[in-house]
Amino acid sequence: MDSRELTPPPAMTPATVLVLLGLLVLVIASFTTLDLKWGELFTADALRSSSEFLGGFAPPEMATPYLIKVAQATWETFSMSALGTLIALVLGLALALPGSGRFGVTARAVIRLKLNVLRSIPELVWAVILLIAAGLGPFAGTLALAAHTTGVLGRLFADALENLPREHEETLRINGATPMTAFFYAALPQILPQLLSYTLYRWENNIRAAAILGVVGAGGLGQMLKYHLSLFHMQQAATVILAMLVMIMLVDGASFWMRRKLNGV
Amino acid sequence: MSAAQPTSKYPDPAWHGRVMLAVVALLLLWPMLQASEFQPWILFDKQSLSSTWQFLSGFVPPAHSPEFLAMLLEATWQTVAIATSGLVLALLAAIPLTLLATASLSVSRLESGRMRNIAVLVRQSARWLLVVLRSVPELVWALLFVRIVGLGPTAGVLAIALTYSGMLGKVYAEILESSDTHATEALLRNGSGRLAALFYGALPEASAELVSYTTYRWECAIRGSVIMGFVGAGGIGQRMDESMKMLAGAEVSSMLIIFVLLVAAADQVSTFMRKRLA
Repeated sequence: MDSRELTPPPAMTPATVLVLLGLLVLVIASFTTLDLKWGELFTADALRSSSEFLGGFAPPEMATPYLIKVAQATWETFSMSALGTLIALVLGLALALPGSGRFGVTARAVIRLKLNVLRSIPELVWAVILLIAAGLGPFAGTLALAAHTTGVLGRLFADALENLPREHEETLRINGATPMTAFFYAALPQILPQLLSYTLYRWENNIRAAAILGVVGAGGLGQMLKYHLSLFHMQQAATVILAMLVMIMLVDGASFWMRRKLNGV
Repeated sequence: MSAAQPTSKYPDPAWHGRVMLAVVALLLLWPMLQASEFQPWILFDKQSLSSTWQFLSGFVPPAHSPEFLAMLLEATWQTVAIATSGLVLALLAAIPLTLLATASLSVSRLESGRMRNIAVLVRQSARWLLVVLRSVPELVWALLFVRIVGLGPTAGVLAIALTYSGMLGKVYAEILESSDTHATEALLRNGSGRLAALFYGALPEASAELVSYTTYRWECAIRGSVIMGFVGAGGIGQRMDESMKMLAGAEVSSMLIIFVLLVAAADQVSTFMRKRLA
């Protein structure tokens, strides 16, 4: 191969070099400033105690009464995620109307800010805050999921509404339909498949979130896991983790199937 | 689409079906409302209102003494550092797993259209390993590691490294397989090694997408590391957990502000990086 005939690779611009250098500094600084205890992980002593710890998980607790309890917690988790997503679907759509500039520029800015705040606080942090108002249990978890997901879906819906061609809606408006009728019969049917597919995608996320929300006391499988782990009931904890995995996989499968149906494949 | 006839008596021809659907949905919803103890009225009983009010009234003004802010700054940096180190370790694990899992880098597939049995076996086990790594939520990994290595950032870094290596490995393999494999195949057919085919064929084709996904995951890792603080894995989450337990509204409110700013900043940085490196 004659290398002289190849064009040289494109030179990196100084800005790119700077970005890469910045990244390198960030990585090095991260590793050096953290007080990482690799020693406690890789000494013979630590290896033995951690393998003992992990060995404690086998075999998972499989007694029927316990399995029933786990199944109840799984159903609770599932309900939390489904309800939270449903509330978020309704609220998100309601907020997306002003958020897409249908009620003026000021309303749009205010609602977008509100959606951003809702979205940037994660479910778990919402749960911790809502525990004060709603008390321990799955209700706080449901509200937390709804709060965060409203932010996410509201923003996505508002964007979808803004990107929609306006002709259909305007035709109805010109012919005398009220703004809300025009929305329900022209805009909504057009974005509905996209809307449902976003919602299903968030539901997949929420089932994962719902599984862990209980760690701070918001009900479901997470609460059981935290409880058993803090008492070093390893075999029971293993069952809970398995239940989480099975539930997540089932919901992923169901949601994948529904989305394919929605897209008409 | 059902065009509305403003003159007809029933403007919506799908009216019956929709009402039926709503009734069925409500019937399904009922057990779920039961299971999640959905009782909105408890939000408005006197005790819960007064404790919420007490907590929220502490929010203004946010805590802003210099020592507190210094502590907060340090915790914030710790959060970013946990996310970054975790992601770097995840990359170190994900890259070799990706190479194993990517089908378009298979040599034996070229001749017969099928992979050799052993290659199929290796590829499948790599994929299953990736599935297991990412299916266990990061918070659960964190809970386990806190019990092995003790409280502090080490558990957070390990949890992010494990979960994210699973996610990165899977998505990298998908990106490499879905991008144009012409160059890779030409290289492999002409006898180049697998690594060379990766570097000169597959990577240039897909680098933009790979970088963009990695920065997006870095953003997610920052959020994740905040959350893991709540089980004792260090950073701003652990501080927030402590302040919440003392119901210190002023501290929580400044932490929430810092947190929203941190997420917004990470968003900006990652958009910028995607533009620069893609």
